[in-house]
Amino acid sequence: MALTADGGNRLVELLTGHGERVVQRWTEVVAASLRGRLSLAELRLQVQELHASMINAGGAGLADLQVPAAGELRAVLADLSRSRARQSFTATETAVSIYALKDVLVELAETDGAELSLRDVVDFTGLVDRMGLLTFETYVQTREGLIADQAEQLLELSTPVVKIWDGVVAVPLVGTLDSARAQVVMERLLQTLVDTGSPYAIIDITGVPAVDTQVAQHILKTVVAARLMGADCIISGIRPQIAQTIVALGIEFGDIATKASLADALRHVLRLTGVEASRRHPRREA
Amino acid sequence: MERVPVLKIGDILLVSIQIDMSDQTAVTLQEDLAERIVATGCHGVIIDITALDIVDSFVGRMLSTIASISKVLDAETVVVGMRPAVAITLVELGLSLNGIRTALNVERGMELIAATRDDDLGYDDTPGDVESATAATSP
Repeated sequence: MALTADGGNRLVELLTGHGERVVQRWTEVVAASLRGRLSLAELRLQVQELHASMINAGGAGLADLQVPAAGELRAVLADLSRSRARQSFTATETAVSIYALKDVLVELAETDGAELSLRDVVDFTGLVDRMGLLTFETYVQTREGLIADQAEQLLELSTPVVKIWDGVVAVPLVGTLDSARAQVVMERLLQTLVDTGSPYAIIDITGVPAVDTQVAQHILKTVVAARLMGADCIISGIRPQIAQTIVALGIEFGDIATKASLADALRHVLRLTGVEASRRHPRREA
Repeated sequence: MERVPVLKIGDILLVSIQIDMSDQTAVTLQEDLAERIVATGCHGVIIDITALDIVDSFVGRMLSTIASISKVLDAETVVVGMRPAVAITLVELGLSLNGIRTALNVERGMELIAATRDDDLGYDDTPGDVESATAATSP
């Protein structure tokens, strides 16, 4: 049952009338649930802010949290939830900060003889529930934002393209290769080929824990794209188990050179370039 | 009508495509290039597509045709300067430029053509090469 504007007004009166006591008890209940991970002064400040914004929202604002009058209250709830999420409090610990108000209201009704009908109590707890849900949503959003940021950072960190010889670049792949990462690796490798003018690239998959058809597909696409641009790719770092998996899955690498280790791949490339050099060298002298 | 210029650099003809290709420009380019190969007797053609943002099946086919025409006239064709984004798109579309050799930039393309010509013409010199190579390595 939704809170009416009248009910909201009665709650505002209650919060205003017993202001000091509500803030005091609310802070105590929250502090007990957080077990000293936030200082009492800080908590008190947060609770005071919540308390004030609820009063400011007025009866209409409390009856419907979506109206403009409740804007401040929504912002305060979102702020609280965001800061809790950033400080790695659990969802429960965040929500308890709001739900503590229920205990305080019931206590008020019992001890201080505030005149509350059963209807009012049910409506008030309904409001607190909705406020709690609001913090949940913000909490989840904040956490999802954090995870997305971290995933992006991981993408940045884990795909370096290094130059290991004149005209030879290497990509040491580490970790599982999903579509998004494969795309980043491909783009970065091809861009480096253009920037450095390197005709050879070595893709080292020592750090890739498993190669399935999808991963192989990504690698093959990269190799074909590099070929289209006029560069040759060598795949290195194929561990024994992975070689077995590749054969068992029937993945065809075609005429793409594959080597067991990065050193072998580099030696292969150097021989390719070396042969060219030794062939052409005498001709220039002649 | 727009025309793609064909430049002669040493033994190589350089074609730098910097406009959107239409049927007419493609046909004109093929005619111009064939004439120039015959007129100059060049043995290498470099097609620079650095400026092309989009390579679709039409451009792909045009490149293949040019390569075939040059082949008949005994000129090696190398496509150079393909952008990473273009290469990725071609792979995703499953288009492959069959029979076309590629290089990263014009310089590499010229090296590639020079190397191929050496290989093609060099079988008479090969014994001499081996001798001079062994002579160089022996103390």
